[in-house]
Parts: sequence; C-alpha cells; structure tokens
Amino acid sequence: MTAHTQSALGGLLASLLNIAAALFLGGVLILAVGENPFRAYAAVLEGAFGTVDGIGYTLHYATNFIFSGLGFALAAHVRQFNIGGEGQAYFAGLIVAVLCIWLPWMPWWALLPLAVAGAALFGAAWAAVPAYLVVRRNCHLVITTIMFNFIASLLMIYLIVSVLRPAGSMAPAGPGLEPGQRLPQIIDMINSFGFRFQPAPLNVMIFVALAVSYAVYRALWRTKWGYELRAAGANDRAARVAGVPIGRMTAQAICLSGALVGLMAVNEIMGAQHRLTLDFALGYGFIGIAVALIGANTPLGIVAAAVLFGALYQGGASLVFLFPSVSREVVVVLQGLVIFFAGGLATMLRPYADALTGALLSRSTAKTEGA
Amino acid sequence: MDFADIPLLLASAIRLSIPLIFAAIAGLYAERSGIIDIGLEGKMLLGAFAAGAVASVAGNPYVGLLGAMAVGVMVSLVQGVASVRFRGNQLVLGLAINIIATGLTVFVGIALYARGGQTPPLPDGARFSAIAPQFSWLEGVPALQSALAGLAGGHTILTLGAFVAVAVTYLVLYHSSFGLRMYACGDKPEALDSAGVSVYRMRYQAMVINGLLCGAAGAYLAIVQGGAFYRDMTAGQGYLALAALIFGNWKPVRVLLVCQLFAATDALQSRLQGLSIAEVDVPVQAIQAMPYVLAILLLAITAGKSEAPLAGGKPYTKGQR
Repeated sequence: MTAHTQSALGGLLASLLNIAAALFLGGVLILAVGENPFRAYAAVLEGAFGTVDGIGYTLHYATNFIFSGLGFALAAHVRQFNIGGEGQAYFAGLIVAVLCIWLPWMPWWALLPLAVAGAALFGAAWAAVPAYLVVRRNCHLVITTIMFNFIASLLMIYLIVSVLRPAGSMAPAGPGLEPGQRLPQIIDMINSFGFRFQPAPLNVMIFVALAVSYAVYRALWRTKWGYELRAAGANDRAARVAGVPIGRMTAQAICLSGALVGLMAVNEIMGAQHRLTLDFALGYGFIGIAVALIGANTPLGIVAAAVLFGALYQGGASLVFLFPSVSREVVVVLQGLVIFFAGGLATMLRPYADALTGALLSRSTAKTEGA
Repeated sequence: MDFADIPLLLASAIRLSIPLIFAAIAGLYAERSGIIDIGLEGKMLLGAFAAGAVASVAGNPYVGLLGAMAVGVMVSLVQGVASVRFRGNQLVLGLAINIIATGLTVFVGIALYARGGQTPPLPDGARFSAIAPQFSWLEGVPALQSALAGLAGGHTILTLGAFVAVAVTYLVLYHSSFGLRMYACGDKPEALDSAGVSVYRMRYQAMVINGLLCGAAGAYLAIVQGGAFYRDMTAGQGYLALAALIFGNWKPVRVLLVCQLFAATDALQSRLQGLSIAEVDVPVQAIQAMPYVLAILLLAITAGKSEAPLAGGKPYTKGQR
C-alpha cells in the first residue's frame, strides 16, 4: 500500500464523512419541521432509484452535473473559482437552439457533433471576458462570473421573449425541435426490446459526458499541458520559474471550464426540454461546485458525486408529494452544507479520516504479514 | 424626465443604496481583518428572512431588525470559526453560505408559512415609518422647498443608520486603536501578533460587526423595501456590495460613493424603461443589466491597482512570525 493510495483513501473517507455530516444536519432540519428524516431520506432514495424512470431522471441530472462539476474542477486546478457555470450554459444553449432552428432537416446524429462543438465554443466565449479580466486586470473571477450570470439571464430573457419565441406563443420558450432532432432517450431504446418502462430524459449525452470525463483525465494527468496547468495552480512561483506561462494557463483553464459547463445545454435542450427554455440550467452551476469538491476535482470522483447529486435532485422532487412541509430546497441546503464542510472543515475531518485509514490499513497489513 | 424629477430620483437612489452600504461596510470589516467575505449575499438573505419572520410575529420593525442582526452575527461567527479556527478556504465558505441561504430561507419559509417561500406581508405597524418633512420654513422658495421635500421624503431610520455606520467606520478605522489594529490584522497579522494582540480575537470581533451590518442590510430589504421576505430577494446585491468594496478600495467613504453610483443606475431603470435611441427601442433587459455591467467595468478599470488587504484569505497560525 503506497502513501499515494493511502492519501487517496483518506480523501475518499473525508468526502464520505462530509456527506454524512451534511445528511445529518439536513436530517436535523427535516426533524425540526416535524417530519421523520429517515422516512424522508428513504423517499429520496425511492424516488431516485426505485423505478426505471426514476433512475433515468437521476442519470439525466447526473449528466448535467458531470459537465458542471468537470468545468468547475478544471478552473479550480488553477485556483480559480468559476461560479458562472449557469451563464455559460445559457449562452451555450443559445447556439444549440439556433443550430436546431437553422438546420431543421438535419438528423440528431449529424447535429450532435455540431451542437457539442457550438456549445463548447459559446460556453468558452462567455467565460472569455472574465478570464481576460482575471489575467490582465486582476479582477476577482467570483464577482465577474456572477455578474455575467445575471447578464446572461437577462440576455436570454430578451432573446427568448422578443426574438426566438414563435409568433402567437405565450410560453417564454423558443420554437420546438423537430422530432428527428431530439436525442434518442435510452429508456426508449430499452423499450424497443418489448419493455414498457415510463419515459425519462436520459439520453446519449451521458456517453459524451463519460467520454469527456476520460478526456479531461487524460489531458490533466497524462499530457505536458495538463502537468503545466496543475503546476500553475499548485505553486505558481515554482511553475513560473520552470517556464510555465501562468497567465495563459489560467485563461485557458477558465475558458475550457466554460466550454465543459456549456455542454449541459446540449443535454437539456436536445435531450430533455426539446426547445430553448428560460432558466433551463437553474441551480446546476452551483451543484457543479459541490460535485467537484466532493469528487476532489478528479474526473472519477466527479462522476460518482454527480450520480449522488443527481439522486438527491431527482429524489428531492418526490419529497414534496409525500411530506407537505418538506420542500425540495432541502437539497439545496444539503449542497451548501457539503460545500461548507469541504471548504471549511476539510482540515478538521481529514486528520480523522487519515487516522482511520491508517489504522485500517495497518491492521490489514498486520494480518497479511501474520499469515 | 424633467428637472422636478431629479430630487425624487436622487431620493430613490439613496433608498436603493442603503442595503448595499450596510453590506459593503460589513464586508469592509471582515476583509480589513483578513477574512475574504464572499458570503455577504447569503447573510443578507438570511437576515432578510429573519427580519420578515420576526417582524411579522412581533409586529414591530425594531424587533425584526434585532432578529436579523442576531442571525447575521450567528452566521458570521460560524464563518469566522471555520475560517480562523479550522483554517478553511474562505472563498468556498462564503459560497457555501450563499447556497445554504438560498435553500434554507425557502425551506423554512415553506415549512412555516406555506406561501412558496415568502413571509406574510408586514402591516404598517411592523414597518419603519417613513419621514415626510415639509420644510415649511422655505415657503418663500417653493422650488427649493419641493426639491428638499422630495429628496428627504420617504426615508426611514435605517437610511440614517447606514450613513452613521459609514461615519463611525471612518472614525474607527483611521482614528482608533481598534481600527488601526484591524488594519494591521488584514495586512500584516504577524506584526499584530508580535505586538501581543490576538489576531484570532480581532477577526472574531470583525465578524461580529460584519454580522450586525449584514443583518441590517437584510432587514432593510425585507422590512423597508419588500414589506415581506421574498425568495432570492437579494438578487446579487451582496456581490454588488463586494464589487463596491473592491472599487472603493476598502475605504469607507469611497465605498459609500460607489454604492450610490450602483444605486443610481438602479434607480434610473424605472425612468429609462420605454427609452428608444435613434428610433430603436432599448430592451428593458438591457436597462436592467446596467448595474451588473457597471460593476464589471468599474472592476476592470481599477482592480489592477487596488490595494486589497495583503493577508486577505490567508488563515493565520498563531506565533507564525
């Protein structure tokens, strides 16, 4: 057992302790409004994994959170906090919707690569100004990206309501996609074998999300570029001396962060909403922060954490039906608590986690040595 | 818009600036002591909820204000302990507070009132009464009289409170040993430590003041502006306050002026709606985006040469000299 594996295990345990602590406090909150937290959490699990369509929704949300988590993590590797994921996703949604409107004859499989490229480009473009301002003008990324979220939201309201909305339509949404432009839903594919499961928006974008996660892993840990990027974040003075262009790495990381988050738009617009809607990514950017922190900014951890938060998001929706006084905002509180513990008490939890892994590991090695 | 509108516009700008001033000055204490505070938005929101809920129960705005301040201090102290004692990442902690606040206010609001996250509308008795001075001694100069009456009318005791807070902060920061120590605490905590002053205690004290002021900012939103708590009613004002703090270079009077600038663009919104430039109608959303765009422009102009507290964001270890 190497020190590296031991530290990774300690990190995993710290993440699990973090989630447990957040769930505990969330439970106290549910208890405070007079409901049974165990029953509430059981209802969340049941809603998230109890039915095939529940799983479909859970994994659909997880797809979004993989993108927003990877995006946040990439910028976090250069010690920048891109909290503008929502704005970047809205702007990316614009090009996805426009491509669908421009190319109505094109089937989904031809449109998908264009939409992915367009969403990445527009997501990166919306992050480019804050990236420039960080590198050249030393402007705090948290403030500029949150301002860009508000601006993106207002821009999309204007474009949807005044430009893209079909004549005579009252709903604040763009025109609907052609049936052939919709991404195939995985439950439909399963049903074509004779099953009769309820539909859910889970679609082929989950495979794109997994492929992108692997690509991010390769790029960050198996290329010179990734090494330089992580070096710029880990110790900028040492990296600068070694000839790493800190400013350029920072700008690239922030723009790529926007590109990754932008891919959520393809999943939501071509896979679920089938039109450009207002606020289609509402809250997803912030969930990405929790996902990235729990996943320790590594692709594998992010995929796992995205499924966890997908389950909370989907299961949280079913809480409302069962417990009138519990609203799904409890999930937002859980997200916030996870972020709080990851940011604030990581140093408190980590020694216990390390001690525990150390104790477990020494026992297991003692056993093997004894045998 | 004619000349007579200007005092009304200014009065409305001043009213809109009050929560920004409270929040920005709250941030000034935290950051001057060395704790970066991204959590202003969340603490304002929690304060607003507490104010709305407590004022509606008590039927008294002052009790509501106290409730908001109590909640603000509690949250600030939790943030302070996590930043100071547990050496947490201050950016992440602030973000976490903002996210917890958006969820918690709506969760508790729905559980208590079942109004979609809103608190009950406050009756007049539970709101601060607005002053309406007539300046009758100026009857001879009606233009001046109506201008002054327009400018001074509609304010509450909290308007005065915000300006007093700025004045007191100015005096404290530059003319008291407490303020000078706080200054040192944010720039060179090891020097303060060498002088035998506890860096930790300094930061906790700053966070208590921060919480009181965040509570006041929230109370203004719920009791004076909204007449109730509405979900996400801060709408980015905590972040705007942070931008004002940076553009104001962590100096109270400059921060006050920047808050006025933000509030003035906000106040102009209602006047500019329906505006058309060269026959083209300006979209209302473009006007609504003005404060956010202005914040980015101001930051881009100055942040490069800002004088941020040097030790901001860095946890301090006692005896590390």
